[in-house]
Amino acid sequence: MVDITIRKRPYADAVVTQRKFLKKTARGKVVKILRERYLRDDVACGIENCRECDGGSLPFSGVASHKDYPQGHFLLPDTNVFLHQMDLIESPHFTSPLIILQTVVEEVRHRSLPLHSRLKALITSGDKKIWTFYNEFRSQTAVVREDEESPNDRNDRSIRKATAWYNTHLELTRPVRRGQPKPVIPTIILMTDDAANRQKAKEEGIPCHSTRSYIEGLSNFDDLSDLLAATDSNDLPEATASSRNVTLYSDYLPMSTLVAGVKGGQLHQGHFNANQYNYLEGSVPVPAFSKPVLLLGRENMNRAVQGDVVVVEVFPETEWKAPTDEVVDQDSTLKNDDPDNSGDEEEDAEIDAEEAKALGRGRQEKTQSSVKPSSERQPTGRIVGIIKRNWRAYVCHIDGGSLSSTLSTSLSQQSVFAIPVSRLLPRIRLRTRQAPTLLGQKILVTIDRWDLTSRYPEGHFVRALGRAESKEAEQESLLLEYEVPYRPFGKAILDCLPPEGDSWVVPPKSSTSPDWQNREDLRDLLICSIDPPGCQDIDDALHARMLPNGNIEAGVHIADVSRFVLPDNPMDSEAAARGTTVYLVDNRIDMLPSLLGTNLCSLRPHVERLAFSAIWELTPEAKIVQTRFTKSVIASKAAFTYEEAQIRKDDPHRDDDLTKSIRLLNSLALKLKAARMAAGALNLASPEVKIHLDSAESSDPIDVEQKEMRETNSLVEEFMLLANISVAQKIQESFPQTAVLRRHLPPPRTNFEKLQDILQKRRGMTLDVSSSGALADSLDQCVDPNEPAFNTLVRIMATRCMLSAEYFCSGSVSKDTFGHYGLASPIYTHFTSPIRRYADVLAHRQLAAAIGYQSLHPSLHSKQHVETILTNVNRRHRMAQMAGRASVEFYVGLALKARGTRDGKATEVQEEAFVIKVFRNGVGVFVSKLGIEGVVMFKNDHKFDPDAYTISLTSSAGKEATIAVFDRVTVSISVEKDKNTQRGKVAMSLISPVNTTGL
Amino acid sequence: MGSRVEILNDGGYRSDGRRQYELRDILIDLTPQGSADGSAQVSHGLTTVLVNVFGPREPRLRSQSLHDRANINVEVLIAPFSTSEHRKRNRGDKRILEFAASIRETFEPVILTNLYPRSQIDIYVQILQQDGGVLQTCINATTLALVTAGIAVKDYVAAVTCGVHSTSPLLDLTNIEESDLPHLTLATIPRTGKVTLVTMETRLHIDRFEAMMRLAKDAGAVVAQEMKVAVKTRTEDLVKSMGGATEGAKLTEEE
Repeated sequence: MVDITIRKRPYADAVVTQRKFLKKTARGKVVKILRERYLRDDVACGIENCRECDGGSLPFSGVASHKDYPQGHFLLPDTNVFLHQMDLIESPHFTSPLIILQTVVEEVRHRSLPLHSRLKALITSGDKKIWTFYNEFRSQTAVVREDEESPNDRNDRSIRKATAWYNTHLELTRPVRRGQPKPVIPTIILMTDDAANRQKAKEEGIPCHSTRSYIEGLSNFDDLSDLLAATDSNDLPEATASSRNVTLYSDYLPMSTLVAGVKGGQLHQGHFNANQYNYLEGSVPVPAFSKPVLLLGRENMNRAVQGDVVVVEVFPETEWKAPTDEVVDQDSTLKNDDPDNSGDEEEDAEIDAEEAKALGRGRQEKTQSSVKPSSERQPTGRIVGIIKRNWRAYVCHIDGGSLSSTLSTSLSQQSVFAIPVSRLLPRIRLRTRQAPTLLGQKILVTIDRWDLTSRYPEGHFVRALGRAESKEAEQESLLLEYEVPYRPFGKAILDCLPPEGDSWVVPPKSSTSPDWQNREDLRDLLICSIDPPGCQDIDDALHARMLPNGNIEAGVHIADVSRFVLPDNPMDSEAAARGTTVYLVDNRIDMLPSLLGTNLCSLRPHVERLAFSAIWELTPEAKIVQTRFTKSVIASKAAFTYEEAQIRKDDPHRDDDLTKSIRLLNSLALKLKAARMAAGALNLASPEVKIHLDSAESSDPIDVEQKEMRETNSLVEEFMLLANISVAQKIQESFPQTAVLRRHLPPPRTNFEKLQDILQKRRGMTLDVSSSGALADSLDQCVDPNEPAFNTLVRIMATRCMLSAEYFCSGSVSKDTFGHYGLASPIYTHFTSPIRRYADVLAHRQLAAAIGYQSLHPSLHSKQHVETILTNVNRRHRMAQMAGRASVEFYVGLALKARGTRDGKATEVQEEAFVIKVFRNGVGVFVSKLGIEGVVMFKNDHKFDPDAYTISLTSSAGKEATIAVFDRVTVSISVEKDKNTQRGKVAMSLISPVNTTGL
Repeated sequence: MGSRVEILNDGGYRSDGRRQYELRDILIDLTPQGSADGSAQVSHGLTTVLVNVFGPREPRLRSQSLHDRANINVEVLIAPFSTSEHRKRNRGDKRILEFAASIRETFEPVILTNLYPRSQIDIYVQILQQDGGVLQTCINATTLALVTAGIAVKDYVAAVTCGVHSTSPLLDLTNIEESDLPHLTLATIPRTGKVTLVTMETRLHIDRFEAMMRLAKDAGAVVAQEMKVAVKTRTEDLVKSMGGATEGAKLTEEE
């Protein structure tokens, strides 16, 4: 029995033990609220072996790494330190023991949720010496807000009080004993960047430091100094710009005006999207207009950064403009801007003129050929305020041109520009002492602020990722850009693994073992797995056998991940946050610790493993007679690659049971596929390529080839689809409100219009998009006998017109939108890869509950909870796909370079390509062999027919050729390197039918 | 959760500084109120309820009298100033009637009504302040008012609310916690361990239910003990001020 007590609250001290405050409700009423507060004396101070408190984790005598405190110290930072210097605190070099007050945690929570979650992650990770002290609940440190005191001042006072208490607490618990040496008493240092607060602390005799002055006293100052955010303006001379006070931007309106304006409809709120081709242009999609609001020029974009939630004011309709179709590159336009004196008026004027020209150019062209219909004009406006900044750390290069001294030994602090890898972001100015060493590296930079007087946002250096174009740096920068969480799993997460580690085995069968409860023993079945070569996380295995009644029993066995990943523990939350395993060309970012993914949950051959099985009885025509699900124990008999399985199946001399069962599975799969195709499933194509790596260590790419599809690929796929559909039906039946499902919405008809038109005009083919079945049929008709790759090309283009599939919670959308368009299935989920997808883990839990194996965790009964998880999983899934693609692109680039210089001399790579798009001054081509897309640009103007999708070129030799969409051309591909940014660019030019190198 | 208040933080503290199994301060005042036969004002934290008991007395309406036992009549009045948003509730409000009915049903099996045939016992419940756990406070106050009125009861009835935050049960919820968590109110007779009332108006997972019931029952015993002490202290004071208090006349411990 737990100890139940009644807490006593002294009524005489009601001022301290009760809080009375006024609050405005959502409806605008002001109400008085009274809350209790129970003060206690058992809140632990957190220091090891404390005489009075138990359960501490901070070292007994602090650490003596600070030169002013040889007797040891602890650090107690205030709220602003966490709000502005989080990077510093998170740095592995920062090792001071931290005492974090409850007051601070709560203030951070109120000010910024992302920072709060970072702080929480830091506290729970266990990597640092951190103790959270609940000062508001300890009677000696509780503080009541006084009259005329702002909440901020109250919090500062409470932080000071807690610091003072700590210092006396240490003294009291370590008294001087006669005959013993004087005890060493470490100091608790208050760290705050608020000068007024420091002043008050000094008056009260509390040791305190600003972040900078504290860091300066540390032995590893050099490692940490660059991580300091630029906010502590008290200590640092401002960038020279501000002293000149040239205001470049207009001030934001106060928050209340913004909120009222948005409510009243005069202002509009939305996410800011920068234009990736023109840095002086951005747009904000708002619900009030069908087209996004256009923002032209620096002033109108008013310091917004990609992803910020902004408020825009729309100009009267007479001032509406159309977006430019010009490429304006900030690197070239602003090449000469000096990071140190961006307030220079002369130079400003120069830049302004340059930018005005860049903006005007497109405009003039339009008036000349003023055929542009007014329908192209878009609502135009300016940003008047920012609701929420969405700044994060960005991967950047240092702009070599902005360095004042490139001497590698120079340690002087200089202002430099960091150019983000993403073209959507502005250049960031940062001050650093290590600029020369950072040159040519990929670095991580965060934005701290963007002043009215500064053309560029100011940021600080977080850390270096490594040399640009080195695989490690590119890999990491890719993960950061796509926000893939890739840190190693923390201790708390690894503690959730079975304590036996990799020696864990399925316990011997007995009725008492919990692992055997309600589990079927399928160890004798002839189960095998078929996967790509080198696959380590085998999450599915199959079997099939004839039944005496002539039917066939087929089973899909999925790793029982939910046996190890229990709901609501740190490992589960981490997996939910990661959402999916991310596959890069030579790396894999696991969703689950690898002990599970590649060992305990991997259905390796000849080992007993726990599984979750779906078993069907099928007629020889592949009609389902009966479906059942069960938790099981299996022992896979073999792990094949697709190729091995294929060879085994096709080998007429082999006639063992395993081969027979593969043949049986294959015959069923063929029928299942036929049935699916008949129902209208699409056979889609996406450009998938495979990168050959030189060897495991150097992993230099040698070559790229397209992925091959075998019969056995489709065998596995069919059974996985069958399992997913069966499971989806079952969990939807059992949990109609919260089942985790996956759907693919039918694409709107308008998406196909362009493709239909091109096909009609160029090839005289029609595309029927009335249903997925009709589309599948008409795609089959799109065949060019002379061009076998043509059909694939059309499929790729059709796929791009479609929407992407998504996870959803069955209770949150109407039932008629459950369908999966691509698979032509009325219901679908993901069940078969719980090692690498979190949605599958949820589906496993729901299925286990549906068959009565265990009860469902309460969180999976909450629609809202499931929705939040799935929103995150969907986002992670998208990001993972993009990261994977970007990784392939990077390697294709490397492979091209390797191929180009194979024989020691630079040779051009020539490949066949299809034209997929025609522009006024270029053609878009797709190189199917490499799976890349590129644009061939022409400098001169040519005859362009937008209606017929053709462009006529005249080569320098006078030869004329007309190029149309779907034409096959030969292009030469090379990798160019941008001098300033070290960014590799794929450049293409036409070789045939005309050579366009000079055009 | 939209709210920025953490129900149970990582340190194991609730928003008011209590831990999971800690009850709020209980304040019991048994001073007689006017002409009432027994009265008790009980506070659980900031929830305060005053109960006056009249009777057993002649039923106001003949028709209500029962020939073999007493009729119990419960009326609940919620003071408009009891919540932060002032709202007037009618006496005929369905919720209030239901609330009164559940108090009556809690006490019907506990009061030895057969000792008072053809009479009526009136219980007037006035809710003065609300901060979660209103029903538990009403029931505990009613028990004490009945005891001070000298009405024969089988035992004390002690009520406690119990909620669950994810998988950790919490006792004696405040208003913030009640609006956020599934919770139940349980009234027990500690001596026999019988449960006279369980109410739950929120959805709760069945797996959590048993643990909460057990915990609330244990907590009921703690509350009952606190009530006993209050009654004993008051009785001792009374005896003393009546001049009869000597060492020998000290009340014998019940158990």
